[in-house]
Amino acid sequence: MAHSARRDSPELPDFSLLKRLARDQLVYLLEQLPGKKDLFIEADLMSPLDRIANVSTLKEHEVDKLYKVEYKPITSTSDQLCFLIRPRIKTVKWICDVANADKATGKFRRYKIIFTPQKFYACEAVLEEQGIFGDVTTDEWAFYLLPLDDDIISLELPEFFRDNFLAGDQRWVRTAGSALHLLHSLYGPFSKVYGIGRCSKMAYESWREQVAEGEQRTRQAEIGRVFLIDRDVDFVTPLCSQVVYEGLVDDIFRIKCGCVEFGPDVTSDKSVKVMLNSQDKVFNEIRNEHFSNVFGFLSQKARNLQTAYDKRRGMDIKQMKTFVSEELKGLKQEHRLLSLHIGASESIMKKKTKQDFQELLKTEHSLLEGFEIRECISFIEEHINRQVSMIQSLRLLCLLSITENGLMPKDYRSLKAQYLQSYGVDHLLTFANLRHLGLLVEQQPGETLTVMESKVGKLVNDKTAGKLTDAFSSLARKSNFRALSRRLNLVPKSGEEYDLRVPRDMAYIFSGAYVPLSCKLIEQVLERDGWTGLEEVTKLLNGNEFAVTGSNGADSKAKNDAQRIILVMFLGGCTFSEISALRFLGREKGYKFIVVATAITNSSRLLESLLDNHV
Amino acid sequence: MTEDRSQMTKVRGQSLQFRFTTVPSRHRAAGRRPASVREEEEEPQQLKMMKSKADEEDYWNSSKFKAFTFDDEDDEFSRLKESKQAVNSIRRLVEEDDDEDDVEKVSWSGEPVGSISWSVRETAASNQRTDREPTFPKINTDTPTLSKSNSGYSLSSLFKGKTKGGNFQSFNDSLSDLSVRLYAPELRKPKSEYKDYVSDWSPEETIQRMQQGKAFSLEKFRSLQDKLLLLDFAVSAHDGNVITAVLIYLKRTLGKEVLFRELESRQTALRHLIQYLTETRDQRLLLELLRALGRMEDVALLQYKEHLSITDENKRRDFLKSCLSLPFSPEDSAHVQDHFTLLERQIIIEATDRQAERGGKVEIFQKFPRRASILNMPLVTTLYYCCFYHYTEPEISEKQYFVTALAARAKLKAWSDVDALFTSRNWLGFTRKKSPLSFQRVVDILQKNSAPTQVLQDYVALVDDAELRISLAQKHKCHDIVINTYRDLKDRQLLLGYRGKVERGSAEERKIDELLNNPVRKRSHLHHLHHLHHLNHDVFFFSFSKSGGRTDFSRRLLL
Repeated sequence: MAHSARRDSPELPDFSLLKRLARDQLVYLLEQLPGKKDLFIEADLMSPLDRIANVSTLKEHEVDKLYKVEYKPITSTSDQLCFLIRPRIKTVKWICDVANADKATGKFRRYKIIFTPQKFYACEAVLEEQGIFGDVTTDEWAFYLLPLDDDIISLELPEFFRDNFLAGDQRWVRTAGSALHLLHSLYGPFSKVYGIGRCSKMAYESWREQVAEGEQRTRQAEIGRVFLIDRDVDFVTPLCSQVVYEGLVDDIFRIKCGCVEFGPDVTSDKSVKVMLNSQDKVFNEIRNEHFSNVFGFLSQKARNLQTAYDKRRGMDIKQMKTFVSEELKGLKQEHRLLSLHIGASESIMKKKTKQDFQELLKTEHSLLEGFEIRECISFIEEHINRQVSMIQSLRLLCLLSITENGLMPKDYRSLKAQYLQSYGVDHLLTFANLRHLGLLVEQQPGETLTVMESKVGKLVNDKTAGKLTDAFSSLARKSNFRALSRRLNLVPKSGEEYDLRVPRDMAYIFSGAYVPLSCKLIEQVLERDGWTGLEEVTKLLNGNEFAVTGSNGADSKAKNDAQRIILVMFLGGCTFSEISALRFLGREKGYKFIVVATAITNSSRLLESLLDNHV
Repeated sequence: MTEDRSQMTKVRGQSLQFRFTTVPSRHRAAGRRPASVREEEEEPQQLKMMKSKADEEDYWNSSKFKAFTFDDEDDEFSRLKESKQAVNSIRRLVEEDDDEDDVEKVSWSGEPVGSISWSVRETAASNQRTDREPTFPKINTDTPTLSKSNSGYSLSSLFKGKTKGGNFQSFNDSLSDLSVRLYAPELRKPKSEYKDYVSDWSPEETIQRMQQGKAFSLEKFRSLQDKLLLLDFAVSAHDGNVITAVLIYLKRTLGKEVLFRELESRQTALRHLIQYLTETRDQRLLLELLRALGRMEDVALLQYKEHLSITDENKRRDFLKSCLSLPFSPEDSAHVQDHFTLLERQIIIEATDRQAERGGKVEIFQKFPRRASILNMPLVTTLYYCCFYHYTEPEISEKQYFVTALAARAKLKAWSDVDALFTSRNWLGFTRKKSPLSFQRVVDILQKNSAPTQVLQDYVALVDDAELRISLAQKHKCHDIVINTYRDLKDRQLLLGYRGKVERGSAEERKIDELLNNPVRKRSHLHHLHHLHHLNHDVFFFSFSKSGGRTDFSRRLLL
């Protein structure tokens, strides 16, 4: 745990303000519908809502009963219905059904739809089509940002990824711009914005326009610099197995909105929901650690705790009284947390043992290194044949494809066929999605290859030519990941010892095998204060990079603390491993990073959003 | 040879039983998703169908992998255990007044009491008419398949003429160099044309107002040019919400042909329309659009996707059958064919097994009751299922399988399949044809299915008995075989006699003449032949066991 942290890291801004603002606005909106009302909440809004308000807040504003949106006829008897929803056509259609059913039975009610974070014209078009427009009032609850922790803010929009990157639908671009605008007006003005990716560019544009539309306020900036990055700039990182504690907990138990549910296998009792954030002192110390360090830490903690309790022995009554009033409570709290995290670690160990985790990691590392690819393919094949987790197999296939710049046609065909046989032919749809996104593709024979082939083909007989073709096609691959990896030094030389207890770079989050591309770009751009010198890299990443300086006299304030507070916005999701890496970078360089993500993601969430084998 | 063959039958037999023993049912489970999505469900899905826990372990203990350790430090785990013991020993001290903890209070379900999620659940629980929480499908985010657009800034970026005043003038990003180029002034109508209307907004102003949520009206944009201008400004504003709104208007006021035609050169707008049609489930128009764009594979996949919403397995099977004619890529077409065949087979298996299970007479179903129906399971799961429940039923013999498969493939004139049926590769890499049937029977079956001489002679040549071989060869006019056999028998007389039967001046005649004039070559050839024959005897069993791979298995299942 001994990090050589710089001591002068600036303080983070207080983001609880965002919660207060959201709560006040919600209250205001509820008051727009005076009198008793039942409130219907979209399922995936319940947890975010829980983080900023509770039932009594709602009850105080005459909310009678709470329901989850379930797309079926309602049972509420209230004559005022309020719907708190995401702007989705399916949900609006359901509300129209509810209202039309009331009309049919001659029941009169008042309806109000609160869209969050904004409404879409397409939703209003549905109201119009269904003959409900005018019968309902609509409002917008600009709940853009949910602080999950001191340094993590989420838009809680997992669909951002698929809508934007797979469907090419830009509905959330303005949302991202507005979120940025909100942060800018509360914690800005920003003096420098860097970014890479098409969506980042558009979000930046949208934000810039909103800034231009609104009026200026001059205040002391708390956040100086901003970095915007598209998820599709780096798909490798979110597809790797996470081995840092917080990421591992997310991979295995799924952290939802900053909260995890530990089942009986962890608690050896009933399930509990636990908030995972910096308030949890035990968690806070291990969240960024490589899993192999966690055991040692927890044992040490347990021993310390034991010692602290042991102090009671030999105490007289007075001392005991002081102990109980001053220390016991803290010890008990620590004890509870410690047993939870020990239980979780144990459960992680068991689960990972069961699935040959070491072998899996070895394969991932080989793929990242571009080493023993044939062996990797046969490992993946076996994984598929044994029908081990459908998502895991897909993850490995995608990782293979991105690191190798596509699969050789015969490998692609054979692996796809085996995948469909193991997990169902309807995954044809999934494969089509992955192909469109570029996550799992067949190599296109390059021009150079064909020329070479025909030349060689004339010289030797057919059989040898076939073998040569194989050899050439492996040479002909222009693998952007490999090139990027070389340029940015993402994969440290193998064989070198890497002490995970004393990490020397961000690669520690992947056991020293790989520096996350996304975080490396951030590091480089901050160091160079722009993209100068990274031209080759941006070319490999399809360009769309930018670095912009504000005209509000940034230079004069360049040395203040705000310049070392950097907001990184991940469009399309961010993993806990990346957050850990940025925290490490911050400690090394004296920065403080604030991560704003459209959602917290991991390999499973990312790939699940691309599945199409269900209705 | 006989010994070898019994070996073979035994080995092959394993893969056979499930093929034909398995038989029919209907069970409503069409919507089930076979493979697990949750990360923690590492258990292979095939196992989930059976109940015996011990069995599961037996099955996978054969894994070649070792247990997981981080950094090979086994003692870490034991240290963790110790810590746990230490912590547990303290627990007693703490538990007495646990409630005092300033820990969140949680309800039975683990939700913090007073939280919104908790309250919603309470409402649901208190309401008798509300069913148990059903698991709903994910909110509609499904999209058709799209090709990645490279032209995001294409046409629309030409209109990006305006540089706004603001804080951020000093861009050095590539966007700004677009802004110098074009203003497209010729596309903008002079203000005077609008003078009859009060407060008319230009397309650009309208888009801005839409973005800001201000009042606007699209109705006055009636010329195609105005409509497209509106669309292009929406696209250049990068606001999907507004783009879709304009598209809804265009869809309402333009003919399909015109709209589709204009969208072809506007990829960003096109993708928004596709997404909108997907979300509103306007399948008909979406298919029309994709067809107009010539995206036939997308059309096929989109239609194929519909099978997922068909719950009745017979209807689903029929639907899949109708999918076979869709314009898939050749590769996907084969997969869809497999899908159809598999379901067809599963329906038969399910019907029989459900009956067998209910009847209570079949031991294996009593011992390991089925967890779920086999319908809509993947191929490998089905294979596992069949190996599990139907492994030991010796219902058909090796021969039955061959006869049936041979006849079926021959009927379809799938000669390469026929070939593959007999071919196995031995450990030296030679291929060798063998059969549980006599090759005389094989020739008979092939001939009845009107195999060409070319195909027939391959099998006639494999008949062991020389006399039989000659008579078959003569019957089917396989001259080469007759000649070679006489040569091997060193019978000049017969060879001379046969010379009269072949066509004059033909290749066969020349071959006979050559043989008659060259006795030395004949002998060495014979020696060679004998050697090969011997070798093949030795490797017979070996080569067989190599052939029983996965492909074999699945092919049989699908046959």
